[in-house]
Amino acid sequence: MTTEPIIWLTIFVLSVFVGLEVISKVSSTLHTPLMSGANAIHGVILIGAILVAGTAQSTPILVLGLIAVILASINMIGGFVVTDRMLIMFSRPHRALQKQGRRELEQ
Amino acid sequence: MTPAWAQLGYLAAAVCFIVALKALSSPKTARRGNLIGAAGAVLACVITFLVSDINHLLPIVAAIAAGTAIGVLGAYRVQMTQMPQLVALFNGVGGGAAAIVAIIELTEFRAGPAPIIDLIATAFTIVVGSVSFAGSVVTFLKLQELMTTRPIVFGGYPIVYGLGLLAAVAFSVGLVLAPSMLFALLLAAIGAGLGVLLVLPVGGADVPIVISLLNAFTGLTVAASGYLLENILLLVAGTLVGSAGTLLTRLMANAMGRSVINILFGALKGGSTLGATTVSDRPVKSAGPADVAILLAYAQRVIIVPGYGLAVAQAQHTLRQLVDLLTERGVQVDYAIHPVAGRMPGHMNVLLAEAQVPYEQLKEMDEIDPEFKQADVALVVGANDVVNPAAETTPGAPIYGMPILHANQARQVVFMKRSMRPGFAGIENELLYEPTTTLLFGDAKDTMSKLLAELKALTV
Repeated sequence: MTTEPIIWLTIFVLSVFVGLEVISKVSSTLHTPLMSGANAIHGVILIGAILVAGTAQSTPILVLGLIAVILASINMIGGFVVTDRMLIMFSRPHRALQKQGRRELEQ
Repeated sequence: MTPAWAQLGYLAAAVCFIVALKALSSPKTARRGNLIGAAGAVLACVITFLVSDINHLLPIVAAIAAGTAIGVLGAYRVQMTQMPQLVALFNGVGGGAAAIVAIIELTEFRAGPAPIIDLIATAFTIVVGSVSFAGSVVTFLKLQELMTTRPIVFGGYPIVYGLGLLAAVAFSVGLVLAPSMLFALLLAAIGAGLGVLLVLPVGGADVPIVISLLNAFTGLTVAASGYLLENILLLVAGTLVGSAGTLLTRLMANAMGRSVINILFGALKGGSTLGATTVSDRPVKSAGPADVAILLAYAQRVIIVPGYGLAVAQAQHTLRQLVDLLTERGVQVDYAIHPVAGRMPGHMNVLLAEAQVPYEQLKEMDEIDPEFKQADVALVVGANDVVNPAAETTPGAPIYGMPILHANQARQVVFMKRSMRPGFAGIENELLYEPTTTLLFGDAKDTMSKLLAELKALTV
């Protein structure tokens, strides 16, 4: 049992280096989508919110847990969707064109 | 104990996140990367439902549905120009969720004595999660211009801030020694106060960097709650975002020629409000669309400096038509993209890509800046701070040290502006008063249409 925190610390330290390594060569064009994408990834706190809400013993705790679930799902799902919206414009010009045309028709 | 297959599933999700971040660093794979990340997140949630004893299933699913609806609606309805604010808000609610999770976990500890590391992690998550939440709300207010975009500093700020930090440490120690809900809520309140204080002295133009920093903060709180909940995936995902976010914050600051420390605490040294009230009534040279059309039509080399104002006025489509027409006449036209044009690094690329501007015409700063010397006309549309010479000439200006586009080296500079109002950084632009500068006042879209009509008349 005493070794367990060490294992967690090991995973933590290794993850720090992986995080630094994977984005070290990003071009400034992609800073905004990358920030937004990373933001969506920490939305997995949703798992934590589900766990605490799912084991709540009293109503106030349940309500608090459900608030956390709502906030975390906004973070996670909204985050991925908005990043995708940004990136469509980089990678699929013709599709963005169609969208734009539609928007101009609506106006 | 989590079954092995679920552990493997979590591992797969963690790999998805790493691949996602890697793919997001390159334009070709970015979109796929984001989708891989989303797949990993969904996988992780499904596993959690399958292996854990989740009561209150119905309310939880309803809460997820509500959060999803809000998130998707926000993501689809937001204008591309308001993207930074939305990312800030999404980040803030994530931090808030992490803080709540930690507070709830604390009530579980009452059953027995909790390990000291767990309590430290709890205190950390509550404080930093609240900082991230409150800080993000203030950045939202600043970017949405619901409050002043200028740095706010008051007398005794360092003392208040220092006391806040001390209180955070003191109550954290209190929480570790005697875990109680009272300490937890006090810590959340102190964290929120610190978050507000952290962002207040930051000038408007620097706010995006703070969003990135708060993003990294939220990542670390998620990592800490992973430790609390004994969930390895949360630890890995949170740490990845924490370290990648910290590096990204530095990269962004470098793109602006700023240091993170300077952005956060520069205003405290004073002097950065320089130029605040010097909006003078010195004479400027203004012209009508017809004059500017002639200037552009008979130029050989035109460089366009697009800024946030262009996107706000939704004039990027008209601008593209104008550029097409000029190109047909044999004028060489390029767009000079400053790394922080718009509100965030890379924001202007997103905005112009939306208007179907060919990627090849978008020139990054290092590439285009030497060419201003050969340009006949620099057309500055809705930009201000990125061509402000004060960044080089006025130590103490909020943007001092930021690399700028030397539009002033072009033979003629045409500013399309709504008014003489200063840029987002809140300082005056000397370039407006140069003898080579002509101002074309009006709403960017309106003026751009008139300019286009005049140019067509010349061409026929």
